[in-house]
Amino acid sequence: MTEFHHPEPAVVCIGASWGGVEALKQVLSDLPGDLAAAICIVLHRAEDDERERLAQVLRRNSDLKVCEPDDKQPLHAGTAYIAPSGYHLLVDDGHVSLSADDRVRWARPSIDVLFESVAVSRGDEAIVVVLTGANDDGARGARAVHDAGGTVLVQDPDEAERREMPDATIAMTEVDAVLPLDELAQAIVRHVTGVVAG
Amino acid sequence: MSATDPGGWRDSLEDIEAGVLLEAIHRHYGFDFREYSPASMRRRLAKRREDEGLATLSQLQDLVLHDETAMERLLLDLSINVTSMFRDPGFYRAFRTHVVPLLRTYPYFRIWDAGCSTGEEAYSLAILLHEEGLLERARIYATDMNDAVLERARSGIFPLEQMKEHTANYVRAGGTAAFSDYYLARYGGALFHRYLSEQIVFARHNLVTDGAFNEFHVVICRNVMIYFDANLQARVHGLFHDSLVRRGVLALGAKENLRFTPFEDRYEDLDRTWRIYRRRT
Repeated sequence: MTEFHHPEPAVVCIGASWGGVEALKQVLSDLPGDLAAAICIVLHRAEDDERERLAQVLRRNSDLKVCEPDDKQPLHAGTAYIAPSGYHLLVDDGHVSLSADDRVRWARPSIDVLFESVAVSRGDEAIVVVLTGANDDGARGARAVHDAGGTVLVQDPDEAERREMPDATIAMTEVDAVLPLDELAQAIVRHVTGVVAG
Repeated sequence: MSATDPGGWRDSLEDIEAGVLLEAIHRHYGFDFREYSPASMRRRLAKRREDEGLATLSQLQDLVLHDETAMERLLLDLSINVTSMFRDPGFYRAFRTHVVPLLRTYPYFRIWDAGCSTGEEAYSLAILLHEEGLLERARIYATDMNDAVLERARSGIFPLEQMKEHTANYVRAGGTAAFSDYYLARYGGALFHRYLSEQIVFARHNLVTDGAFNEFHVVICRNVMIYFDANLQARVHGLFHDSLVRRGVLALGAKENLRFTPFEDRYEDLDRTWRIYRRRT
């Protein structure tokens, strides 16, 4: 294995499905605006013409910048990038990439696609978070992140609006922590600090 | 960034194998995927490897170099754009509002639909221009690097089960007729009327390796360049700029932005939301 410095900035990836809007609102409002990481988010939702609506909703209660990125948009710390409807969101070196490839296990955007991309691009510095949802998207991606030495955080299935997605991840791979929603932001900050400090 | 090369490829075994595979394909078959965006390319190669029942990309390399039909299957994975007719209905509404009035000022005009895949976009444009009374003045050059998808596009036959989605898009795109007027249900598919394709030239052209071949009033290239890395995107933007007439129109995918290319200053916005631009000079 060759050692290399991971590209800037640090990246946290979050996946959510059923019940995800409320869960994301809470996590994003708990995170500080000066977080030393970019946040990439996939939330399952219907494909539609609407642009930016979800970003507007999530921006309201958050100190972070929240956007729906274009292809090749640079990654900046303190900014949350929401996967646009109908596109997969992937993490490349200093920027995001979008893909209009087919759905992956019925989902586009797919959480697995996002997580697997950050597992390759950030390796042991990857941090992923699985929130509420009624399917198993994200579980395979979380395993890829764990296998690359990265960090997997999961919302406590007992308090998630739908427990299937957190359960699926816990069943698929070893996870670093299972936490209630109101403790996730703190845990994210702690892990980001660890990554940035090297 | 020591061992992260400019294209974003890694020193992992998988990425080394991917690099060797793409190099070999380029040298043997002439298709150049070396400047495709790594994140999507990894997924597409892994999918082909799995579908072929292989364990490594080195095995996939062995297969595609010695079996042309395997190369054809890989080429399909790398070139098919999942699309539907009137995908992004808002784009077609914006095209009617901002581009059609410009087209009316020309006695005759050429549109380049670059990376047309199986032809859904080219037929959508033909329908739109027909409804605006402009189809006879138009010539649509629909190009792709892959002969197999061009053949499907030329046939004018699309899967019947997709007509429901196409029809819904068509209505939302501001269509003025009944979508079913444009095709006949035949041969288990929807056969689109000949008068739509009469003004379309389907031709092979590779954006990575081929140069300019005509002068166009409109260039449409949607969700094709998202698979390219930034260097290749810049080169292809150069090709489009060279191919456009003075004050010509460039239309990109809804999430593609000239801002991240060296050509930002060469165009002005026609429709900011739907990424329709106009050459400044």
